[in-house]
Amino acid sequence: MTAVAASPGAIVPARPSRWRRARDTRTAYLFLLPALLVMAIITFYPLVFQVYMSFTDYGLKNLATKAPAPDVVGFDNYLRILNNDIVIPNFDFVRILVFNLWWAFSNVVIHVVLGVAIALLLNVPRLRFRRFWRSLYILPVMVPPIIVATVWRNMFDPQNGAVNQILNGTVGVLFKLPPVTLDWLNYPNPIIAAGPFVLPLAYFGLLAANVWLGWPLNSVVATGALQAIPSELYEAAAMDGAGPWQKFKNVTLPFLRPAMLPFAIYGFVVTFNLFYLSYFMSGGGPFGQTELLVTTAYRLVAEQKLYGVAAAFAVFQFFILLAITLITNRLAKATASFNA
Amino acid sequence: MTVDAKLAAPAVVRPAERTRRRQGSGIGRQLALQLLCLVIGVTVIFPVLWVVAMSIDPRNLQRPDTLFPPGASLDAYARVLARPTQNPVSFLTLALNSLFLAVVITVASVGIGVLAAYAFSRMSFRGREPLMIGILAVLMLPAVATIAPLFVSLNKIQIGTFNLRNSLVGVAIAIVSSQLPFAIWNMKGYLDTIPKELEEAAIVDGASRFQTFVRIILPLAKPVLAVTALFAFIAGWTEFILSWIFLTKPETFTLAMALNGMVGQYASSTPWSDFAAFAILFAIPPIFAYALLQRYIVGGLTVGGVKG
Repeated sequence: MTAVAASPGAIVPARPSRWRRARDTRTAYLFLLPALLVMAIITFYPLVFQVYMSFTDYGLKNLATKAPAPDVVGFDNYLRILNNDIVIPNFDFVRILVFNLWWAFSNVVIHVVLGVAIALLLNVPRLRFRRFWRSLYILPVMVPPIIVATVWRNMFDPQNGAVNQILNGTVGVLFKLPPVTLDWLNYPNPIIAAGPFVLPLAYFGLLAANVWLGWPLNSVVATGALQAIPSELYEAAAMDGAGPWQKFKNVTLPFLRPAMLPFAIYGFVVTFNLFYLSYFMSGGGPFGQTELLVTTAYRLVAEQKLYGVAAAFAVFQFFILLAITLITNRLAKATASFNA
Repeated sequence: MTVDAKLAAPAVVRPAERTRRRQGSGIGRQLALQLLCLVIGVTVIFPVLWVVAMSIDPRNLQRPDTLFPPGASLDAYARVLARPTQNPVSFLTLALNSLFLAVVITVASVGIGVLAAYAFSRMSFRGREPLMIGILAVLMLPAVATIAPLFVSLNKIQIGTFNLRNSLVGVAIAIVSSQLPFAIWNMKGYLDTIPKELEEAAIVDGASRFQTFVRIILPLAKPVLAVTALFAFIAGWTEFILSWIFLTKPETFTLAMALNGMVGQYASSTPWSDFAAFAILFAIPPIFAYALLQRYIVGGLTVGGVKG
């Protein structure tokens, strides 16, 4: 590896750039080899195999080592998904997709706004106990998501849950209301229902849990960006007579953007694929209205054992995520980083 | 937006202004800020206290109802340590299985990923663009998205009684499949910000690419290595989705699976004190890892986005 890398550049000084590139290509592939090998076998091959599977009726019967190959069924699996012809109760592909997009979008907006706001709060000069608050606020990030989901489900329990108890103790006492026994996660009537856009009360329960879970890391990222702002810029802005809002808009925001935007995009995709809250808190209910693409894909494999349909579903998922990546990537220009 | 603006104001106060304010309402302002911090702190810590309260509640309720249980005992901890599941598997076995997944995934994704990240960040080579697009395309895929082909493919690999799908190695392979692209992307983002001049000086002095990588880049990349390792470790330790589908032999089960076995989707019959005690024991290693690596998080994640 060392020999390849060290010498040839000096041999042909007449065409350094081409030589350099050829030499670099060889070295680069040596560095890339392990990752490419591993990814070819366990990432790209499964993706290709998945496309084949999606055109077959792959099921339990084809699982055994010497089982017969599945029958090719053409676009059947894709059509079944689009026509909602799946045994999962209340399956509605378009509704799930719309909900999933809204779920990710609404969460990320709240995460970023809260994260930045609290980072600014913690960045106030001469704030006492700053380090204490900072280390306390990182706590939600550390708790494994499966625990977060179960504990929040517990807190939304209609009779004994903390949420209803707090409501009883505050709003209930103030307005002399009868005890609240609202079943947040199973309340059957949707709050908003406009075509495929359906938001049940459970969505707001999930949102509360995920906001709790999500803003701290945004705050950490925003803090890092805030600390990189030279204080001279604020002094210069003040000399130009800028007010607090103008300083925020013209000094703080431009520094926050390059850090927050890629992280928000990352957060969007993480939230889009967030399995644990939907699966463990609401179980996808009521009536499958808080089901996400990931949880549906999981049910197709784990519960229905419809591997062919699951493969077709995952192909849809792949293209949806690819579209999201391309659109958001254009926003962040994450690829344009090799500044040679 | 208005919230932003209000909070932004104090952050950008100039020294001269500060003095003026201190004379005016310094203590009042500090109190208001502390109160705000406290309110946020309470919302942050409440769910955590709720778990702790459940875990020491001697009643082991099926519907826990208070932050202040009548009395406290560590019985729940003793119970789950002695008999974590219905299966005859010890807590230690479950923990070691979780640890196995966490360590294998960390070593594989950081070790393999950093080499690729270096190539993408530093070298101009034929095929760079298509390969980067290939990695970007699968970057956002959750592990669930390739679960069907991985399940049936790994299931075909049977050596005697050993079935790769039904083993921890199989689960580890499946998780690395979705973890590696993230590791490459995150580390590449950080390496992009390390000035090239450092390496160029070393190359002029006769060092090879690999030598500069090991002696110059790796030490400078410590924050991102730490954060990527942290994320991979936690992904492995808390992994439930794939292991629950893949594994059927109790001796290969993990802590996360046992935890799910306690609550599943049937909360009404959950022994909550036991669950909470289990959850706290389960959360200790991730919390410890975070505490250990906390100082790297700001650098190791933020910089992934900031192009230097």
